[in-house]
This record gives sequence, C-alpha cells and structure tokens, in this order.
Amino acid sequence: MADKMDVEDDASSPEVMTAFYQRLYPFKSIFTWLNHQHAPSRLFTHREFAFTLPGDTYIRYNSFNTAEELKRQVLRLNPSRFEIGAVYNARPRDKKTLRAGALAPTLRELVFDIDMTDYDAIRTCCTGKGICKRCWGFIAAAVKVMDPALREHFGWNHLLWVYSGRRGIHCWVSDEEAMRLTDEQRRAVMGWLEVIKGGRDTAKKVNIRVSSRKDIHPSLQAAVDTLRLLFPELILYDQDCFAEEEQWKTLLELISDGDTATKLRHKWEKDPQRSSAEKWDDVRREATNMKKDGKAQFDKLSASMEDIILQYMYPRLDAEVSKHRNHLLKAPFCVHPSTGRVCVPVDPAKVGDFDPEGVPTVGMLLREINVARTDGGAAEVKQETPADVVEQSDWEQTSLKLYVDMLDRHVQGIMAETRRIKREAGDSSMDF
Amino acid sequence: MQGPTSFAQVKKHHFLKFPHRLNFYDKPPQDDITLEDFETFAIERLRVLAEIESAIVRNKTFEELKATVKTQSDKHLPLNSNTARSIDKDAERRRDYLSHFVLRLAMCRSEELRRRFVKAEMTLFRIRYETDDSAEREDFLNTRDFGWIAVDATEKAELEKQLQASSSSVTDIKKETFYKVRWTRVPDLVEKRKVFLKQGWAYVPGREQSSIVFQEFQTMLEGALERTAKALPRLDEDTRIMPILSHLGEGFLSGVGVASEYASADGLGGDDVKADMIDEMARKHWPLCMRHLHDSLRKDRHLKHYGRLQYGLFLKVVGLSVEEAIIFWRKAFGGTMTDDKFNKEYKYNIRHSYGLEGKRMNYPAPTCQKIITQNQPGVTECHGCPYRHFSTDRLQTALLSAYSGQGLTTGDLPEIISAVKSEHFHVACTKVFEVTHGIPRGQGLDGESVTHPNQYAAKSRELEKAAHGKDEKME
Repeated sequence: MADKMDVEDDASSPEVMTAFYQRLYPFKSIFTWLNHQHAPSRLFTHREFAFTLPGDTYIRYNSFNTAEELKRQVLRLNPSRFEIGAVYNARPRDKKTLRAGALAPTLRELVFDIDMTDYDAIRTCCTGKGICKRCWGFIAAAVKVMDPALREHFGWNHLLWVYSGRRGIHCWVSDEEAMRLTDEQRRAVMGWLEVIKGGRDTAKKVNIRVSSRKDIHPSLQAAVDTLRLLFPELILYDQDCFAEEEQWKTLLELISDGDTATKLRHKWEKDPQRSSAEKWDDVRREATNMKKDGKAQFDKLSASMEDIILQYMYPRLDAEVSKHRNHLLKAPFCVHPSTGRVCVPVDPAKVGDFDPEGVPTVGMLLREINVARTDGGAAEVKQETPADVVEQSDWEQTSLKLYVDMLDRHVQGIMAETRRIKREAGDSSMDF
Repeated sequence: MQGPTSFAQVKKHHFLKFPHRLNFYDKPPQDDITLEDFETFAIERLRVLAEIESAIVRNKTFEELKATVKTQSDKHLPLNSNTARSIDKDAERRRDYLSHFVLRLAMCRSEELRRRFVKAEMTLFRIRYETDDSAEREDFLNTRDFGWIAVDATEKAELEKQLQASSSSVTDIKKETFYKVRWTRVPDLVEKRKVFLKQGWAYVPGREQSSIVFQEFQTMLEGALERTAKALPRLDEDTRIMPILSHLGEGFLSGVGVASEYASADGLGGDDVKADMIDEMARKHWPLCMRHLHDSLRKDRHLKHYGRLQYGLFLKVVGLSVEEAIIFWRKAFGGTMTDDKFNKEYKYNIRHSYGLEGKRMNYPAPTCQKIITQNQPGVTECHGCPYRHFSTDRLQTALLSAYSGQGLTTGDLPEIISAVKSEHFHVACTKVFEVTHGIPRGQGLDGESVTHPNQYAAKSRELEKAAHGKDEKME
C-alpha cells in the first residue's frame, strides 16, 4: 500500500499525469471559461496553448477547435504543465503558413502574477522555494489590495484568482474591456498598480508622494488603509520583521526624519531584545508626541510610516507578465511538478483562510477516485457516464469538486455577461 | 465627394474651406492634385518633420523644440491662425492637409517608418495645439465628439476629496472643470496616476484634456497608417507615384528631410575659388566626408570614380570654376599620370560634370541622403558618409585627426557616437559642426541640421567671414 501511494504522489511520473488529465482535469470548465460561451468561438479556436514536456521541451503556438481536441493532444503529449496565451488574428497552429509577422495577438485576459520570491528580502519564515501558511499572509494581503482595486478602480467583475501551485498566485481578468486592452493600456494598468520599485540596492522602494503634498493618491490611500489593519499581525508578530539588527536598520533607513531615526537607533542598540511590535510602538509614540507638540515633522514621519507599510506589504507584481498580450501563463488546474499540488482557484473573500498546504495533490486525488471506485454505488454512476472523453468527470468524486464548482460559478458570470453584450449589440457575435 | 467640413461650419467661418488651423486629418482628400504639388508639398512637410525628429534625438527641451518647429514651419509649411489677414489661409491649410496625406502613403510601408512618422506628426500636432489661439482651439475641439462627459456639480462635490488628491497639477479644485472618459482613452494619465479612477471612468481635469486629444490623434493615425499599408499594394502599378513615395520614405529614414539640390555658394558671390585655395578651405570648412575624400586624394594621388564624382560636384558648388577644377585635379593626380592620360580619361568627365559635355546636364552635388543611401562604398573607395560607413573606432580616429585642431576633444565623442549608433548620422555631423565652430549645443546651422555637405561648408565659410568682418571693424 505504501509503495503504491508513493507512485501516485510522484507528479513527474507519466502514468500519474496521464491519469490526472484523463480522469481529473476539468477540460470542459476550462473551455467555457476561455470561450465565454458554449459554442466554440475565436476566443478558443484562435487561442494559443503551449506545452512543457518532461525534459523542458517547450512547444508553442498550438491551437484547438474544441475542448475534445485539446484533451486528446494533452493526453498524447502528456505535458508536465501547459500554458494559456492570447487569442490571435488567425489560428496559432497555422503560424508557419502565414506571412512572417502576420500572426498578432488581439485579445487576452489581463493577467497578474504575484510570486513569493519577490518577498524574499522581507519574509522571515522560509526562503526560496519554500512556502508555508505563514508567508501566505503576504499573498493574502496582496489579494486584499488588488481585488478591490481592479473591481472599483477599473470596474472589472470577472476576476479569477488561482493558486500557482507552490508559492504565488495568479489573477485572470476576463471582462470584455480587459480582454481588449492593448499592450500600451496594459502597461498603464501596471503603472497605476505598481508601487514597489527599485532593486536590491535601493533602500526606499516606495516613492509615491508629489513633493510637498501631504495627500497621496486616493487609490494608494485605500491600499494603505487596508494594509494598516494587517500590518501588526503579519509584519510585527508573525513575521517579526524588525527583530534582527540588520532588519531594524533597514526600517530606520526608511524614516525620513533624521532626528527621530537617530534617537530610535540609540534606544534599540541598548535593548537588543526589543520585539518588532515594541519597536513599531516606539515609532508611533514619536509620531504621537510630535502631533501633540504640533511639530511640522509629524507629517513627514506619518508619511514615512505609510510608506513603510506599503513597502512591506503592498503587492509585488511581476510586471512583464501583465504588460504583453502574447505572454503565456500556466493554466488553472495544472499540477505543480515539484509539489504535486493542483493550481486551484482561490476565493478572494476568503484568501486569508486559504492554506496552500491544504490544497489537494495529484496523489491525493487519484487515491480518492480509487476509494470511490471500490465503493459500489459510485461505480454504478460511473458506468452511466457517456463515452465522450470530455464529459468524463471523475473529479466529482474527489475534493477537487469544490474547486471546479468555483470555476464553474465564475464561468456562469462571464457567460451571463456575454449573453447580455450579445443582446445589447443585436446579433453581432461575441467573436469580437 | 465630401469636403473636409460640413456646410454649416463653412458658413460660420466666413466661407473658409478649412475653418480651423488644427486638423485631425480624418477625412481623406478627394480633390485632384498635380503631381508636382504632390511631391513638393510632401517634401516641405518632411523637412519640418525631419527637424522635429532630429531635435528630439538631440534631447532638446520642449521649448527649444517649439522654437525650431516655428522657424521651420514658417519657412516650409506656414500655417496661420484665423486672425491673420491678407494671407490665403485656405491655401496654407490645404497644403498642410494634402502633405499629411501624401506622407501617410510614403510612411505607412514599414513598422519603423510608421512609428517614427507617428511620433513626429504627434509632436507637430502637439506644438500647433499648444500654440493655437485658445478660442480657435476651443472651436476646433467643439467640432469633434471626443465622448467626454463633463462631471456635474453634485458628483464633483461628492468626489471633491478624491479629485483633489488625485489631480496633483490642480491647485484649486473648485475652479477646475472635470471630464469623465473611459480610462482606456487616457492610458498615459492612468499610468502616471494623474487622474481619479472609478469603475473604469477616468476623471480628467480640464487642463489635462489635451492628453485625451493627443491620445486620440495618435490612435487615429496609427490605425489609419495600418489600413493604408494594407491598401497600398494597389498603388504598386502607378509608375508616377511609387518612385516619389520611395524617395520620401528614404529621405525620412536617413533623417534629412530630402534636402534639395544645394544652390551654388549663395551669399558668397564674387568669391572666386582657386585650385590652390582648396587645401586651406578643406582644413577649415569641409565636413568629414569631404575631408576624408580630400585627404585620401592627397595621400593616394588618386580617387576612384564615385569619389571623384562626389568630391568634384561638391567643389563645383563651392565655386570652383571648370578651369580651376581641371587645374586642381591635374595637380592632384601629380606626375605619375601623363597629360595624355589625364586629358583622355579625366578631363572629359570633369567637363561633363560641369554640363559641358554629353547631354549637358548641370548635375547637382549629392545631398546627404543620396550619399548615405546610394552607391555604398566598396573596400578601396573613399566616398560615402563616414558617420554611416566607418566603423566606430575608425570614425573616432578620423574625427580626432580631422578636427582636434578646431576644438574637438575626446569628451565630445560619446554624444557623436551615440547619435551614429541610433543611425542619426546627420545629428552626429551637426554636432561636430557645433563643436568645431563654437556654436551652442542644439543650435546647429541656424537651427537646422546638416542635410547637404555644401550647406555645411557654406555655413562654415559664412561664419568665418562674419568673424573676420567683426575683426576688421574693431581695428
């Protein structure tokens, strides 16, 4: 029994992956999510898929007429993962028959990629490829800023957040306006959202203030207000970000008022045991005193404090992924090759409760099917399933169901909007 | 056939066919145009655009750019406001309008051309927009529906705090009018967080509305160029127009706005150039291409055919008479060549280039554009444009050896080389002219950049004369 479990848990084993694609991967749901309606449209047929085969062979510019075709090809190639790209002006698989440079992306979900690696300088719980429930706090904070920003500032509704399988999260925006954005407009979205700038050698990575003005842009003020509430729990207690000397020195570098910084340095040097929370309290106390005394430096210090909150918690986005329509991003429900975890959707309202270590692995799911198989009742249901390859839906008997249902509900929303747009536009098609 | 304006507007504006100085060029011309106008209008506009490009490359400030464009426009493409009297405004505007469309045909043919053309046209539009009479501009804007919605007082009051915080350029929010547009129409303002965004609507302060206009202009032009590019192959058959279009495109790519034939030594009349003066003039006044030819001729006592042609025609325009030219070349080839050989093989060609033999054409001296794009020099040849045809190392050595006597130092090289690397050869040459003639950076040759070797030499001589005149007065 133990041996068998080991085999199923190995996401690099071709048999495991074939079984996963054959019996678990929700092709039908992915198809409607990309296609925005039931009948195949250009949104699907002109869509690029790329496959990563074991041994890092990468095959770009595939496209398929139907979900069945996609599934057949996935089973034939048995990729370790596959990625979804843009909708092109022609079928990507015809690339070689087209004039050079003629194949151009036209539509594409607006996508975002937030990866834990970009937080390595801040997080203290684990490093590099590791991820735990604790560092998920940064991702949760990022989602809590990004999700309302995309909805309220840009007015988009169809956001799908997807766990990236190891240490990050993706977001796919399927609203029609977002699909149509040019690269220039995507760059503008990134300019609007990006706050953390500068490399390893830049101490202060947040520069959002217009010279003398006290107010920051309302969109950033909203982010500060959200993050301020999460700051003590995540940064001061859980991550304990200012405990070590090197860490609190970084903190002091971010305080623009020199006198305050010097004062605090002396204090903290004398008391190496001082916790992160106590140190932050010291900063706040300085600010309160200044305010009481009506000192002009108060504005400066409180600005620094807001900038610090942003620098430690504001979403760190991989900008390149979002800026270009032809960029590819791993499809939801793929299996992460090293963790074996499935890239499942995440409910942004409950992102704080999401536990990456609780995400089903491919091994777990295959065992669940086997259990269901041995159970007579379930087997009977199985036999009634039609032979249609796509309709085969063993995931319904596993803990994956919860997540596929999430995607399906999301797709319902997209399809409702598609129908609405079609109605409004008379009968002109949604093929864009 | 629709004219560019509706009847109602024509009436309102005292029967001007083009009631506004500004033009969005969104209605293609339907009139007839002579082939000559077709070409000359385009060349004149191209000159202005080429100057804009080179000013941008030379990192001029927007104010300097404005001044350059004003000088160039007045010279080549004047465009007066409605208040101007005793000027045929319609003719000016028709010229502006048609020249834009001719250049569209010429510039739509590659990604590179399209990109550069859009940038230059955008800049030209922006400068005209900003220098336009504000009432006329308002009037022009009113003729177009930009789809902006004025934010009413109630909504403005509700959002006052957010609007204030997001519009850093506005000091008094109460006096400012705000407009709502879909944010996708003002990506530049969104990218810099210069507006307030709510449900995909950007709240643009009145003073930033130009941003919407420019964006609209750019989007419109990009789309139009792509459509034109698709339709252009149908013109391929037209043997009159295609060569003109190719020529215009090349002119823009080489950055020299199709300099026309340079008129012989203007302003320096009565100044007989003798064969024995050439050495000194070369040292003081020649651009690098001619310096290189001259030095090679002295060193090798010979020049290959295209070298003789390039240098010979240049000297002709400088003012060397045919008699002096024969003396100059005879001496240059020196004793190794027999008189017989010279007379048979070379004298004819010299006389030919002065229009005294054969079909008696008065050949013009080649422009920078021609030198850069045609007859690429082979390994043993010395003609061409050194900025274009030399390797970087070779160019640096050549520059220092030619001009260090006139104040060029290694410190000047990086800027020159960087212009060369971005293929703005005329900018590099202009830079050298500035350095060697003590001219403030960016001023070039009376605000222009080098487009013709003779223009370089003439300007250099003119400066020397002016300085000389001053000295005499002081004595």
